[in-house]
Amino acid sequence: MLINPINRNTMEESNESTISRREMIVGTTAAIAAITLANVTGTQAAPHTVPLSLAKVSFTVNGQSHDLEMDTRTTLLDTLREHLHFTGTKKGCDHGQCGACTVLVNNQRINSCLSLALQHQGDTVTTIEGLGTPDKLHPMQAAFIKHDGYQCGYCTPGQICSAVAVLNEIKAGIPSHVSASLVEKPQLTNLEMRERMSGNICRCGAYSNIAEAINEVAQKQA
Amino acid sequence: MKTFTYERASIPAEATAAAARTPGAKFLAGGTNLLDLMKLEIEAPQHIIDIGKIGLNKIESTPAGGLHIGALVTNTDLAAHPIVRRDYGLLARALLAGASGQLRNKATTAGNLLQRTRCPYFYDTNQLCNKRVPGSGCAAIAGFSRQLGIIGTSTSCIATYPGDMAVAMRALDATVETVKANGAKRTLSLDQLYRLPGQTPHLETTLEKNELITSIVLPPPVGGVHIYHKVRDRSSYAFALVSVGAILKKDGTGRVAVGGIAPRPWRIESAEPLLPSGAKAFTAQLLKGARPTKENEFKLALVERTLTAVLNEAKH
Repeated sequence: MLINPINRNTMEESNESTISRREMIVGTTAAIAAITLANVTGTQAAPHTVPLSLAKVSFTVNGQSHDLEMDTRTTLLDTLREHLHFTGTKKGCDHGQCGACTVLVNNQRINSCLSLALQHQGDTVTTIEGLGTPDKLHPMQAAFIKHDGYQCGYCTPGQICSAVAVLNEIKAGIPSHVSASLVEKPQLTNLEMRERMSGNICRCGAYSNIAEAINEVAQKQA
Repeated sequence: MKTFTYERASIPAEATAAAARTPGAKFLAGGTNLLDLMKLEIEAPQHIIDIGKIGLNKIESTPAGGLHIGALVTNTDLAAHPIVRRDYGLLARALLAGASGQLRNKATTAGNLLQRTRCPYFYDTNQLCNKRVPGSGCAAIAGFSRQLGIIGTSTSCIATYPGDMAVAMRALDATVETVKANGAKRTLSLDQLYRLPGQTPHLETTLEKNELITSIVLPPPVGGVHIYHKVRDRSSYAFALVSVGAILKKDGTGRVAVGGIAPRPWRIESAEPLLPSGAKAFTAQLLKGARPTKENEFKLALVERTLTAVLNEAKH
């Protein structure tokens, strides 16, 4: 997808090309929505030369079980957002590089964008909606608010799911790249948190506040 | 992503049989690399055989005193295993230096061995790439090649094997066990598993279509200091420019494999007697015949300097 489709020279030479970035994004989004709708409703769109391939899967999300029949290509991320409407989980890069889509599967954090829904037969999935609610926040959610661990908030659900898993991983004694010893229990240091959170990118750069939020929860648990 | 049909195998024999009878089939384990490539339509299997729940997820000691690692053991579980941490520190360190916590939870041992190059020209479908489209040409050789290979490459391809784990496995003399649809089993060293590109860079391993890796076997532990030193553009979650995996004894002897410079983990056993003479003499032999580009010739010096750091660390 083109992020900046208008080349500088074109903009200088032609007034017609000076559509704003917002207009471009709105236009593109509408086009994508139209295509998606056409695919969903199916019949009016150009005929598919390749028939859709469907398969069944059952798993639990935030305590509730779901029996689904999915286009085989559907990722766990798209299943959560578009089919089950757990839109707290975010799509960032869609290639496992940014961590915005991080959810817990059987209590382990994974990138839901790099996983087919079909791979999760019998699994237990927890999204940000399953960690806490506005009335009853998870301690990590409360700490992110207290320490201002975000600016735009887009990466936050992934950061929080990841942070919850990080503390479990340290508790389980799983070493990291920065652990001085492979055999002793890893320490709850800032360096450990930062290394373990490196799969979650924050474009606003709220990293130091995120680290403080995680540290507070870690100290309370310790 | 291109449409594909899907089935879940429940045992290895079911998976290999499905692969043998279905054209265009691929095994799906963790999926962290394959799904990424499918989204870009660099990989477009017609049929997916999900092997995520066929077992092969145990780590067991072998009668010889080594370790038998199931193909589907995750990177996290392998790095966290008490025996790996105690006796195969090089392997634990290499695993922990790779990817992110999320990816290591999903990525499997065999999948990690079979991950594909991160050459930007392989990933960009607008570019010429002999690995992606055989015979189309290589845009990397005259392009931005800073990350790419300096040895074992060819006039068709200068892509590197990108992983960390396999570098440690190579230094540890790990072997790969496979099974085919007809039940035939094979054991391969990593140098037997990985092909060099030559004029056919699209052929990366010697595995057949219906051949499944079932386990990776480590020989008994090798005593000495285990070090994995990875040099990269940021301190976490990046592929190596150069990485050195080493097991060194107090007398200066040992073994060394290098990542980030070649189409497979690079180890030259015949150079290892030179290790006690120091990094310069050893590196000269290790990288004999290297053909770097202008953009990546710095890797020649970087290998020597990284190894110097490793040899110094081993002395302390």
